[in-house]
Amino acid sequence: MINCEHVTRLSSEQQERRLSLRERLVLKLHTLMCRGCRNFDRQLPLLRQAARHYAGRRDGQHPDRDSEG
Amino acid sequence: MNRDSVGETAGTDVIADTAYTSSLREQMLKFATLQLTDPHLAEDAVQDALISAMNNVSEFAGRAAFKTWVFAILKNKIVDILRQRQRLVYASNLLREDEDEQAVSELFDRNGFWQPDDRPLAWSDPHQAFENAEFWQVFETCLENLPPKQAQVFMMREFVQLDSEEICASAGLTLSNLHVLLHRARLRLRDCLEMHWFKAGA
Repeated sequence: MINCEHVTRLSSEQQERRLSLRERLVLKLHTLMCRGCRNFDRQLPLLRQAARHYAGRRDGQHPDRDSEG
Repeated sequence: MNRDSVGETAGTDVIADTAYTSSLREQMLKFATLQLTDPHLAEDAVQDALISAMNNVSEFAGRAAFKTWVFAILKNKIVDILRQRQRLVYASNLLREDEDEQAVSELFDRNGFWQPDDRPLAWSDPHQAFENAEFWQVFETCLENLPPKQAQVFMMREFVQLDSEEICASAGLTLSNLHVLLHRARLRLRDCLEMHWFKAGA
């Protein structure tokens, strides 16, 4: 069934493998209509970037205390 | 070619800086504990990795290189340990699965559509958040709040950047298990970041 749970799974798997043509169509059509799934789909690359950024931060957890304001 | 004298100075500098070493050790411990879910095993793995790294410290010209390398050693140790207890992990994984499923499906209604309160919002200026130290505290807390198995595969995938086959082999998962776990981890992590950062800040 094509619902948000299924479509977010496709978004997630798109980070892991190339989706089939049918899967890409389902994802595309659903995210055109559904703002929640569209936001989810846009946020996954950000989660990946965040995780890599987090892993790559050097020299401890408090890089720049002075600039916090 | 002999780079020893240059490398040794920088390497020794890394060890001599106790604040740096202890912060590094803390980061490694956090990482290993998330992966192994056993603080004693994690402690041992970190200890081993640091000792191997220190023994060859003269090969490293700076902190960034040292850190990358020491984490690579740690990662290998973790993968070894996980392989050894593959069956055990798999068994405990099955026990947790039900609970997990329930928590994630709470985000969706009976037909699998978003519950109104859980529907993802647009995030304003995420890259600016990356510049903020407090954001990273929220990020860390959200990671720690993931169920252990989800945190483990998410970190293996996104932090250590192992590929799917490696993760499946070392954690005793099928590809489809892995995709389910990553999907749940992302749903939860996203939800947590939104609740505690993007929505809270708006």
